Amino acid sequence: MKIAVVLRQVPDLIEPLEIVGSGNALDLDGASFLVNESDDHALEQAILLKESAGATVDVVALDFGDVDNTLYSAAAKGVDRLIKITLEDDKPPAPKAAAAMLAQAIGPIEADLVLIGCQAHDELQGALGPVLALKLGLPYLGVVRGVTAGDGGLQACKEFPGAVMARMNVQLPAVLGILAAESPPRYVPVSRIRAAMKSTQFDEQPGAAEPTEPAVVVRRMYHPEPAERAEMLVGSEAEVAGRIADILIERGIVK
Amino acid sequence: MSTPNILVLAETHDNTPADITLELLGGARQLAAATGGQVVAIVLGQAGSAAAEKMVGADRVVVIEDATLDAYSPGPYLAVLEHILTLESPRAVLIGSTTVGLDVGPALGAKLDAPVVGNCLRIEKQDDMLSVTSSLCGGKILADVEVRRGPAILMVLPGSFHATDQPATPEVDRRASPVPLEPGRITFDQMILPEAGDVDITAQDILVGVGRGIQQEDNMEVAEELAEALGGALCASRPIVDQGWLPTTRQVGKSGMTVKPKLYLALGISGAPEHLEGMKGTGLVIAVNTDPNAPIFDVAQYGTELDLLDLAPELTEAIKTRRVAT
Ligand SMILES: Cc1cc2nc3c(=O)[nH]c(=O)nc-3n(C[C@H](O)[C@H](O)[C@H](O)COP(=O)(O)OP(=O)(O)OC[C@H]3O[C@@H](n4cnc5c(N)ncnc54)[C@H](O)[C@@H]3O)c2cc1C
Ligand SMILES: Nc1ncnc2c1ncn2[C@@H]1O[C@H](COP(=O)(O)O)[C@@H](O)[C@H]1O
Repeated sequence: MKIAVVLRQVPDLIEPLEIVGSGNALDLDGASFLVNESDDHALEQAILLKESAGATVDVVALDFGDVDNTLYSAAAKGVDRLIKITLEDDKPPAPKAAAAMLAQAIGPIEADLVLIGCQAHDELQGALGPVLALKLGLPYLGVVRGVTAGDGGLQACKEFPGAVMARMNVQLPAVLGILAAESPPRYVPVSRIRAAMKSTQFDEQPGAAEPTEPAVVVRRMYHPEPAERAEMLVGSEAEVAGRIADILIERGIVK
Repeated sequence: MSTPNILVLAETHDNTPADITLELLGGARQLAAATGGQVVAIVLGQAGSAAAEKMVGADRVVVIEDATLDAYSPGPYLAVLEHILTLESPRAVLIGSTTVGLDVGPALGAKLDAPVVGNCLRIEKQDDMLSVTSSLCGGKILADVEVRRGPAILMVLPGSFHATDQPATPEVDRRASPVPLEPGRITFDQMILPEAGDVDITAQDILVGVGRGIQQEDNMEVAEELAEALGGALCASRPIVDQGWLPTTRQVGKSGMTVKPKLYLALGISGAPEHLEGMKGTGLVIAVNTDPNAPIFDVAQYGTELDLLDLAPELTEAIKTRRVAT
């Protein structure tokens, strides 16, 4: 089985997010980036399938943020090829253009299975997976937790509310939007990543952007109003704990 | 050119519209008043047919009665919806930001070359366009966007609209599928229900919610002791369940449980929309999070920036002393 995995960079939410002067976009210059969480699960799922059923795993990523580190880390986890799509400017392309560039790189792999995270927290226009699938002419199933290989195809579990899952039969080729791998992404020691940095070559391919008319125009981006925020309790641990305990007793929640 | 109508993709269970569907119909009612159009609900499958008359807020309900559509599978769903959207040509289609909606919305957008906005909180007509507010970055950023062309495909977060309180029975149009339905390459096999036997967090009055801020499995004990002192149960955000530190039956949120305790004490939970939608009905929310900008503080009544690992043991003690005293 040939598997292609898409790894995207997203701003790290632990750091404060800034808005550009014109007020209609995130200020990415000062942001720190990391791999999109569900894409990381997609990579883990690919490696688990490689281990259980045998597969080659090719990783495809657009060149911005901290992409090199993400790719070296993927190399250290044992993927077969790292494709880096270089961009004309260092801005992330609009979703349609991104899907086109990814499809152009993934097409020649002739992958049986394309795995991508089912969501990224900076997506305004919905998930990229279904758009990529259409460009590749493949069916798409998202919000998947766990994929297993069986005879003739795969089984993927799609999550529904109430801890209920729908088991789906997937005839390949197909694109799956992964929410969670069967087990959480593995830890790779820094020494292995360092070794990968020395031995790994990226397959660099220029991303040709098709000019597209924006379907959705951002007028303003901003932080939510702090007006209705919680009353913040300050003081030592013992003081705050005392206050909370008193509130719970006063309200009759704890008796 | 699109019509001024607003379509709602309905979801049903047990012969009733899903809560999100009634909310979407409420939102669609307001929007249709501004566009001067009708609200049309689309029900896919025979199984949902009995819910058609209960689509409160719809002027018209179109039911596609075909058993192939009873369980979700992407091929038949997209084929029918693409056809209906082309035929009806609505100004906007409201789709829940649900496990089905998240797949179907962007796919329809790509197929029809229509604009798509995810995580919508607010939708208004402004002049010739729709003005939409969307939540980004786990709820830390809001974006106001303009959508000029129709059909605008809008995936709406649960809790954004209220069901309408002006009930009227809609006109129901039951039809066979207008397009031939091939099963497609991705097909439904069976539902897998969670293993029974665990604590039912949906029935608890007091919940201690644990998020990624707990950092390590060893630290779960601190939260467990607090839950015990409070006489409540532990629940968690998705990363904790992904790690296997608690069973899936303890997950709160979109793909987890919907809880409505009197107290939800959130420890190290950021408050992503997918988590918040599972705790909408909570009485009192108290949040412990070292990040003063965490969105959980938007829905909490009380909060503290103290480290949960330092605070939780103190709180356990404080509760125990007060319980002894009374
Ligand atoms: C389709 C879909 C369905 C989903 N379904 C669900 C769902 O059902 N339930 C769910 O929860 N999520 C769900 N998610 C995931 C959701 O988007 C978030 O990723 C998740 O809720 C984040 O969990 P968290 O708040 O624990 O982690 P994070 O967002 O990483 O937040 C951890 C928080 O802990 C704080 N913290 C760190 N250290 C400390 C400390 N020592 N003391 C106090 N605070 C600390 C940090 O400031 C941070 O705010 C879903 C996502 C998708 C795409
Ligand atoms: N945007 C939101 N999404 C989901 N739940 C929310 C949201 N805002 C508030 N809630 C929930 O609704 C309850 C009441 O909120 P409020 O009346 O705004 O204080 C809170 O306990 C929250 O859990």
